[in-house]
Amino acid sequence: MSHAISARGLARHFGHVIAVAGIDLDVPRAEIYGFLGPNGSGKSTTIRMLCGLLVPTRGTVTVLGHSVPRDAEIVRRKLGYMTQRFSLWDDLTVGENFDFMCRVYGLDRATRRERIASRLRDYDLAPLVKQRAGTLSGGQRQRLALGAATLHEPALLLLDEPTSAVDPQSRRDFWENLFTLVARGTTILVSTHYMDEAERCHRLAILDRGRIAAEGEPKQLARDIDATVIEIGNTDFVSARRALAAVAEVRSIAQLGNRLRVLMPRSAAEPERRLRDALAPDNAGASVERVGASLEDVFVAVTRLRNGANAAPERAA
Amino acid sequence: MSGLWRLLAVAAKEVRQLACDRITIGLIVGIPTIQLLLFGYAINFDVRGVSAAVLDQSQTSLSRRLLGDLAATQVLGTLRPAVSERELRELMQQGAAHVGIVIAPDIERRLADGNRAVMQILVDGSQPALENVAQGLGAMPLLQRRGTRAAARPVEILVAYNPEKRTAVQIVPALCGVILTMTMVIFTASAIVRERERGNLELLITTPVSPAELMAGKLLPYVVIGLIQTTLILVLGYWLFDVPVAGSLVDLYFGALLFIAASLSLGLLISTIARTQFQAMQMAIVIMLPSILMSGFMFPFEGMPAVAQGIAQVLPLTHFNEIIRGIVLRGAALADMRPELAKLAVFLLVMLSLAMARFRKRLD
Repeated sequence: MSHAISARGLARHFGHVIAVAGIDLDVPRAEIYGFLGPNGSGKSTTIRMLCGLLVPTRGTVTVLGHSVPRDAEIVRRKLGYMTQRFSLWDDLTVGENFDFMCRVYGLDRATRRERIASRLRDYDLAPLVKQRAGTLSGGQRQRLALGAATLHEPALLLLDEPTSAVDPQSRRDFWENLFTLVARGTTILVSTHYMDEAERCHRLAILDRGRIAAEGEPKQLARDIDATVIEIGNTDFVSARRALAAVAEVRSIAQLGNRLRVLMPRSAAEPERRLRDALAPDNAGASVERVGASLEDVFVAVTRLRNGANAAPERAA
Repeated sequence: MSGLWRLLAVAAKEVRQLACDRITIGLIVGIPTIQLLLFGYAINFDVRGVSAAVLDQSQTSLSRRLLGDLAATQVLGTLRPAVSERELRELMQQGAAHVGIVIAPDIERRLADGNRAVMQILVDGSQPALENVAQGLGAMPLLQRRGTRAAARPVEILVAYNPEKRTAVQIVPALCGVILTMTMVIFTASAIVRERERGNLELLITTPVSPAELMAGKLLPYVVIGLIQTTLILVLGYWLFDVPVAGSLVDLYFGALLFIAASLSLGLLISTIARTQFQAMQMAIVIMLPSILMSGFMFPFEGMPAVAQGIAQVLPLTHFNEIIRGIVLRGAALADMRPELAKLAVFLLVMLSLAMARFRKRLD
């Protein structure tokens, strides 16, 4: 019972397409665990296997101490799930949606009243109680969905790209709400493709083509990155890019404002000098400086550096 | 010219989208094929093989020759002998016979007399087009070819259950079934598919709600809607078209309930196959067409070839039409309708099992 979720060798194929290619996963309790990955990396498929919506092709899953999909029905009572799409009822009001979800979870009258009132208050939905869900803004819908997913006070929340359709302020508020839930002991698994969201997670798994490419605390991942990150400024970007791309060890070049961020393998010797030499003909005055890795660097490093050492450097981040 | 290119681009995109939708492609071919087969092949105004009961009070060689002539026309199917007028009436009430033939005991004297009918044909006025059949039988030159003097009115035709021969009397009860089929099948099928399309189902199946609870909960409102529709049709039929209910209302509602359940289970099955509301609608139409045309609603069931009759047997509306016409028009009791009730019950169970087997709380 030490982990909220444990998976071993979890895989799922759709015909010839391998969506999840065998992953091991341990999600600690009362933390926010993030799945970071591009679209098609297997985030949704994994989440759906964890809640019993899809049967794994291979592998075992234990959720809250129960084997899934065998005990999926037991797990469903302790689990809250927010789908990628808004999946409450557009033609019901905020209050009606809450009431229906309470009844689906079999909450008695007194509990229903208390929970609905607290969700309306906590998620700023009280003024909208009589408004149809279809007329809400993206942020309001998302608060409604989170409120509905937590009505039965689940021990585990699975959130599948919950913030893909909302503005930055709503995202910040949303994460505040998640931390409040975690403080009360809820375990949260959240998938995202936003770096800033991934950085907020206690732990993180970076998914790439159905595999976990890296796993750990975001800060630790950045420290352990198997790459050297170098920032280059004060250059003509077009000619500098061309010059840098010609250096064999350069794995990725991304422009951030008026700086270029270059990733090279840690094994590359004297990276600053090599880059300065490469830039010298056209950009002698360029600044070349080794910097600390960001999560995005980690993401690029684990998804790109590992896959084919000869891959062409990325043109844009 | 760029307008034309844009138009063509829109058309090409439409074709590409259609090509992805296999069920729709199937229906593009399927619907006209079914229609053509139904209209061209199954629907037949030249009715043959009508079930008949015979009360031969004369039991003479002449009466047997008369019956032989009737059988030779092939308009009537097997002639079921009845021993009394009461038995004849009962056979008709149960729907086992749609035509009753009564031959007078003194057939030879009547034939000689020439002013009184030798034979009485009772027609079940609750069925469409049967009255024409009787007229045809009555106009036949029965016995004449044997050189006997022709009777002036050899055959007397009586229309039972609908003596005024009003079409409304035949149509109103049967319309009840047609309308129920439309709403029950289409409503349920699209109601469930809509939840799948909008993603509601993905959320619902991660909750503790069981498939049976989910389905029963979705169907229950439509059962009530079906009963309201039944009531509406019967009340309007009574007020506007003067069609009274001859049998018991309890029997009627029980029959309607069974039919509603059967139609809902069909809608449920469609909802587990269709991926979009559009597909569900088209599948419902595929059921609707034969239901309207082959169930005996518009055309006499007995006029159809054996294959079409076989298909009609699978349609719940065929059996409900028998039940509701029997109860509303002929004053039959449920006990008279046991075979039809049993067929509806079997249909319900089969559809429900198939739907339950297909519906899982999973996405794969």
